[in-house]
Amino acid sequence: MSIEEKQNFPTYHNSDSISYPVNEKEVSDFIKKAYKSNSSIELLGSGSKRKIGKPLQCSNILNLSKLSGIIKYFPEELYIKVKAGTPIKQIEDELKKNKQQLVFEPIDFGYLLNGKSDYGTAGGQIACNISGPRRFKVGSVRDHVLGFRGVNGKGDIIKSGGVVVKNVTGYDLSKLMCGSYGTLVALTEVTFKVLPEPEASKTLVIHNQKIETAIYFLDKALSSSHDISGATFLPKESKSLGCVMDIEKTFKLNDLKQEGSITAIRIEGSKNSIDQRMQNLISELKIINVSISILEVHQSEVFWNKIKNLEFFSFSKNSILRIVVPPSECVKLVYQLSNVFKYYLDWGGALMWMEAHELSEQMFESIRRKVVKLGGYVTMIKNSEYLPFVEDVFTINKDRFNISQNIKKSFDPKRILNPGKMYTGI
Amino acid sequence: MTNLSMPKIDRKLIAKKSEIVKDLKKIIKSENILYHEDETRPFETDGLSAYKQKPLIVAFPENTQEVSKILAYCNKHRIKVVPRGSGTGLSGGALPMEDSLLLCLGKFNKIINVDYKNRCVIAQSGVTNLAITHAVQSMGFYYAPDPSSQIACSIGGNVAENSGGVHSLKYGTTTNNLLGAEVVFMDGTISKLGGKTFDSEGYDLLGLITGSEGLLCVITEVTVKILKKPQTIKAALVGFPKIEDGGNCVSDIIANGIIPSGMEMMDKALIHATDNFVKAGYPRDAEAMLIIELDGTNKEVEELIEKVNMIAKKNNSSSIKISKNEKQRLKFWAGRKAAFPACGDMAPDYYCMDGTIPRGKLVQVLKEINRLSKKYNLPVANAFHAGDGNLHPLIMYDANEKNSLEKTEKFGAEILKYCVKVGGVLTGEHGVGVEKRELMCEMFNNNDIQQQIKIKKSLDASSLLNPGKVYPILRKCAEEGRVHVHRGKTKFPDIPQF
Repeated sequence: MSIEEKQNFPTYHNSDSISYPVNEKEVSDFIKKAYKSNSSIELLGSGSKRKIGKPLQCSNILNLSKLSGIIKYFPEELYIKVKAGTPIKQIEDELKKNKQQLVFEPIDFGYLLNGKSDYGTAGGQIACNISGPRRFKVGSVRDHVLGFRGVNGKGDIIKSGGVVVKNVTGYDLSKLMCGSYGTLVALTEVTFKVLPEPEASKTLVIHNQKIETAIYFLDKALSSSHDISGATFLPKESKSLGCVMDIEKTFKLNDLKQEGSITAIRIEGSKNSIDQRMQNLISELKIINVSISILEVHQSEVFWNKIKNLEFFSFSKNSILRIVVPPSECVKLVYQLSNVFKYYLDWGGALMWMEAHELSEQMFESIRRKVVKLGGYVTMIKNSEYLPFVEDVFTINKDRFNISQNIKKSFDPKRILNPGKMYTGI
Repeated sequence: MTNLSMPKIDRKLIAKKSEIVKDLKKIIKSENILYHEDETRPFETDGLSAYKQKPLIVAFPENTQEVSKILAYCNKHRIKVVPRGSGTGLSGGALPMEDSLLLCLGKFNKIINVDYKNRCVIAQSGVTNLAITHAVQSMGFYYAPDPSSQIACSIGGNVAENSGGVHSLKYGTTTNNLLGAEVVFMDGTISKLGGKTFDSEGYDLLGLITGSEGLLCVITEVTVKILKKPQTIKAALVGFPKIEDGGNCVSDIIANGIIPSGMEMMDKALIHATDNFVKAGYPRDAEAMLIIELDGTNKEVEELIEKVNMIAKKNNSSSIKISKNEKQRLKFWAGRKAAFPACGDMAPDYYCMDGTIPRGKLVQVLKEINRLSKKYNLPVANAFHAGDGNLHPLIMYDANEKNSLEKTEKFGAEILKYCVKVGGVLTGEHGVGVEKRELMCEMFNNNDIQQQIKIKKSLDASSLLNPGKVYPILRKCAEEGRVHVHRGKTKFPDIPQF
């Protein structure tokens, strides 16, 4: 580990405790040893999303980034099997050669958390299960993992799933891996479902709408048959003290000439098809006396990349929250919260990204109460200098906690893999 | 039922039947409990009618609280519970045991909430799959997964088996269309998983229970995604002179970046059987036929049909017919959806298999199935969800002939083993149940199975919920740790033992 790397790891202990296994057996041996000696292990890929969840103080660090490489890629079978530490960038570059993609749109958290682009690894994407703007249409990371191999907390090598989409042979443990933040299994190999990339994309931008009308348009679009694959609202509100989010600064696009809030709807597909869909959409939305722009292919791609990769929040020193609610509740949510903070909405209103300046623990808990009441959940994605630590990064209730604790024990009876990363006691 | 091994029967418990019935009457209405032999007989089997066993008691709870109380009671008194939706499952997942309580969700038949704003429906678990689409179709919406039994199968059963259907290629299976569920664990704990939001934090328990075949919890309510019907839907019937050409065409379509909403394949035997049955207008001279369904805007569908036509021609297609209207499109599908009953015309009994393979191996696997058909001297008709490699070979037999079921099972087991050998899996959508239990070791080793059993035990410590299903019990790694072999015969005696 280089000096720079060491500095980037706040819980760094000493280099003796960091292991870089190069194959599955080494991972298994390492965990077996830790199991015997009751010592805890922090699992790492590239570290791009390490700051999400509670900081760990483990005796060992198991860095899986050397378990890297594409094992099998069959474009006509629509799957790619990779070692868990393979960089997402490498996978996407390989898929691009065959005009295919990971359709869940992996998010680049590098900008937000470490100041530079880093999509992280295959294993990291699965561990966090956070998906991009297409979520409401195509599903999340968890809907695109066909199978895996890995090592549980006893050091046993286990596998589940396969390389085919339709499979009910045994429990679907791939789903359980997604969003488990490395607390169940050290992944060694994963198989993703891949799909053809759309030939083209276009984005309808409706300018200067209030939240109510914006959400009305998004809801209508998502309830249509036009196969919408992106639906976002970027409010234009007076600058919030201490917040960096700034729409105009982020979007210096030629096609975006108007000022004010942005309501954007993306359509993807073949060229003819998206032109027809766009026409139909505009007439179905009955947009009268409202100024609109159309972002053509290139600008549309740039636009959605910025939305996906949270570029608004680059260099922000504030708390960044991810809030998910039923789409119908988002206007209420905004009214209850936005007067204090900066935010934007994705997934047609079901997802709110929020930048909060000087957010106190009490304020965070009050936000959580409001969100839970609306049927949603909130995750602290990034801590601020003002609030460097919160006890409950994730939202959970007692019943689910008990079940989760049982599940954890069945994989990791001594609680040595990323203990406490998600919840104290898991 | 011939030589199917099940966990040990608790005779003492059976002796206490009247006492249990008396206790249950304190929990649910007495008319919702069946326990006389004649009353329980209709529940002795599910869609896999080769196996039959009457349960000790059948209970019809009316609400989640009652389910919770029944489970807590059974957990306390060590009574095995077998959950059942509509009983259409094809792997024996709802097969009762002699000492079990059969928990029927038939009274959970209400749609609770149709929510267009959040594009979802909340329904009790006994509601049929098709009823969900019926509830929302007036507004132009539908529920995407459409198993062939959709007219009868329950949505809770769909979750338990992760049912697919003919459109899962583009729209996914149940797991991809499920937002939330209310479930009851064996100890009586009621839990709400997911909801109207996308994803939820923490472990994906919803993903875990989907396809868990009633072993982890009883599902009482589901929240599913609904979609707006596409503007245009058209289906193409493409005939091929050789099965290889059909198989290659499937791979070529996908390789060209086209994801049809459905892509089904049938062999000659089934083309004839189904065409006789519903007069769907299938190409009777073809050795193989594809039904390819495309949806989207009218321009897009036209464009795709053009492309598919070219790919089909390149692969030597002998005929292509495009649906002219909705009526004709449904007619095209009617044949495919009637594939199973149509087989009733060909033989007194049939046995439906359900492996999934990488789609490039279709032709290879089909050849092997034909070879095995000759070896066992049993005719077979093939229906495939070709787009996602899910095979449904239908083996014809006559249950009245001595040993014919055993022979059929061996044939089926060989097909599934071959599926695994070429990189596929044992079951795509019917579940493991009792049927494919002993074949699990073809796919999984001891570690894999033990991990799954540990999860089961973490949620159902005494293994009372749907025992004898999914995991092999003829082995040392067995859940029950006990081998019960009827008259010295084991099912699939040639399976590798570790």
